Amino acid sequence: MASKPRIGVFICHCGENIAGTVDVTGLAERIIDYDDVTFSTDYEYMCSDPGQNKIKEAIEEEDLNGVIVAACSPSMHEETFRSAVEEAGLNRYRCEIANIREQCSWVHDGDGSKPTEKALRIIKGAVEKVKRNIPMEPVEREHSDKCLVIGGGVAGIQAALDVAEAGNEVVLVEKEPTIGGHMAQLSETFPTLDCSQCILTPKMVEVNQHPNIELMAYSEVKDVSGYIGNYSVQIENKPTYVDPDACNLCGDCEDVCPVNVQDEFNQGLTSRKAISIPFAQAIPSSYTLDEEACLGLNPLRCSKCADVCDADAVDFDQSSKFIEEEFGAIIVATGYDLYPKEKMGEYGYGQYEDVIDGLQFERLLSATGPTRGEVRRPSDGKVPKDVVFVQCSGSRDPENHNSYCSKICCMYTAKHAKLYKESVPDGNAYVFYIDIRAGGKDYEEFIQEVQEEDRVLYLKGKVSKLKKVDGKLRVWGMDEIAGERMEIDADLVVLAQSIIPSSEAKDTSRKLNLNLGQNGFYKEAHPKLRPVESLTGGVFFAGAGQGPKDIPDTVSQGSGAAAKAIEMLSKPTLTHDPQVVEVDEDLCSGCGLCISQCPYDALEVNSRGVAEVNEILCEGCGTCASGCPTNALSLKNLTDEQLTEMIHAQIGD
Amino acid sequence: MLKSVIKMEFEPKLVGFLCKWCSSAGADLAGVSRRSYPSNLVPITVNCSGRIDVSHVIRAFRDGADGVLVSGCHPGDCHYTSGNYKAWRRVALLKHVLEDFGMNPDRVKLEWISATEGDKFAQTVKEFTKEIKELGPGPYSNVKERE
Repeated sequence: MASKPRIGVFICHCGENIAGTVDVTGLAERIIDYDDVTFSTDYEYMCSDPGQNKIKEAIEEEDLNGVIVAACSPSMHEETFRSAVEEAGLNRYRCEIANIREQCSWVHDGDGSKPTEKALRIIKGAVEKVKRNIPMEPVEREHSDKCLVIGGGVAGIQAALDVAEAGNEVVLVEKEPTIGGHMAQLSETFPTLDCSQCILTPKMVEVNQHPNIELMAYSEVKDVSGYIGNYSVQIENKPTYVDPDACNLCGDCEDVCPVNVQDEFNQGLTSRKAISIPFAQAIPSSYTLDEEACLGLNPLRCSKCADVCDADAVDFDQSSKFIEEEFGAIIVATGYDLYPKEKMGEYGYGQYEDVIDGLQFERLLSATGPTRGEVRRPSDGKVPKDVVFVQCSGSRDPENHNSYCSKICCMYTAKHAKLYKESVPDGNAYVFYIDIRAGGKDYEEFIQEVQEEDRVLYLKGKVSKLKKVDGKLRVWGMDEIAGERMEIDADLVVLAQSIIPSSEAKDTSRKLNLNLGQNGFYKEAHPKLRPVESLTGGVFFAGAGQGPKDIPDTVSQGSGAAAKAIEMLSKPTLTHDPQVVEVDEDLCSGCGLCISQCPYDALEVNSRGVAEVNEILCEGCGTCASGCPTNALSLKNLTDEQLTEMIHAQIGD
Repeated sequence: MLKSVIKMEFEPKLVGFLCKWCSSAGADLAGVSRRSYPSNLVPITVNCSGRIDVSHVIRAFRDGADGVLVSGCHPGDCHYTSGNYKAWRRVALLKHVLEDFGMNPDRVKLEWISATEGDKFAQTVKEFTKEIKELGPGPYSNVKERE
């Protein structure tokens, strides 16, 4: 600071949240004696309008040139207070937050003297920092107007359509040969019982026809570099060995193909050929040759599909295409998988053919499924007369499986039981449940209808084991309400398998530098207030990759992520945090050690033999500053001097 | 007059360098979830654990700290891609140096604490405080063991 520091310290009571533990008045009285502090006060709610006005007035009346707000975490109100300080004519970086709530008053109890002492130390450190802060202005930069959407389930479809409608170009990348995701596999949707494909496929077609959307199916994001507004992305478009423009969907190739493999779309209940289309309404509307299953893409070994194709669409010479594009924003909609069946040994899953998961049952119910919508069990094709549905299979079981609730299983199990009873009116449906969670519009009414009108027997209790006895699947469980052990001989058992993040989540999080929560779902920037944003600027979340959710929530989040992306892309320029590294050329020896430390390629040794920082690329981590052997690099507003003085203020007596 | 000797428990002074994205957010979560822990550790939030240089840790000891915690994002999760790996190496090196100078390397602790690990943050501070209490005052401690 050029002129002598005049720091004001404003201590927030946060009602009783801080004042209940920390002696706020005492703090204000003590901090005024600290070097360069010329004003201090405490107030009930510093973030309120009167609270902010106190700061603005004091800046003017007391001629302050630095402000400390000792309050909640900077993640809550740093922006609020910096804006207030700016309104009073100071640079926003003349304001620092001393976090004395989350990191002090909320975690310490006792007689109050210890938390008060700690709060004082935190404030002193902040004073030392703010008085050395330099004024900074945001760095302006250009950005790409394009948006990348990763994942073509209903979340990605909705997001892509919304962004495209706003006038921005979109590239939608889907790893499977078709978009549609899990929603395309579902029979009907709860609680309205709309046919899932019937409401989804028009949207899929819309994606395909939209002039602003480029659909890249059977593709994967290989590499991402850059930063908000300017992501450079490499996408691999895998070969389908079929020209989609030429393919007329006659199906002759499929008829002659000699190779049978498990059909993923039908969840392994049927087989498909090595050359196949996932389902009739698939988008892109074309066949895909599965190169792993194919006899070898070698015309000498087998070329039946190519021989029979009148349209000459089969092309064994295709290879991966790599596309590099610049994007301003990225929407991550990688969706979910089901908890692996290998882990459900106690329910015989994977061991008995007639123990299936919810998605397999969806395929059995679906008019486009392997049984054309008739409920027939996998082992022998018989219509099952006793069906047991097991909820929370792999969910809410912290000892053995996942501890969280998968959110949608109560509802889809009720739907399954209802549709089963409609298909097999003389059959018996039993549902084992821990609790029924039907929080959603018209959801509870749906559950009641299933329980009362469809005569589905709900049994409160967990299933302990399952074994094949005399050709039946014997299910041992509890009916806690009757207080009885239950034994049911079932023909078919449907497990409401836990929802887990899709297998790409981990890889995607690495490539995009995203955080994952403890269960592997993407971690949003704030669980309540920024649910669709990631902590990486310009990257947004849509759908079940961020946490289990049903279709309405997924579509809402798709639109939410799109709105956030549009908000960002519609700005003429983006501003970059000015807290970057600067070089003291007198100290720099040009050794270049900093270059290898920088994860953003923001440093180079220039023609004058000294390090130079690209302020647009620098993200301000400060790693290079700590690694510089001559102390030539320093991170603005977190310099070595600032850290040293903060340490001294916080630890010294 | 009743003569009594009250042995005051040694209350170590600890500095915690917390990265802003993971560990400070984890400490915030400990607060939001009201996980209580001893008040001995005073936090200093930095952008990245990679910002922490051995000289900062040594400075803390020189100023009288009895223990220093450096905490960043889990390996692979660094907001800045790889700053935590730099911190990892620097702390490992520093521990060797401290040992050479006759200081117990356990006075420096490196811990990966994510934004979702409020419990782990509280537990780490609890354990670290206990460990340093057992080790006693640091070489430049300005906390006197009083009787």
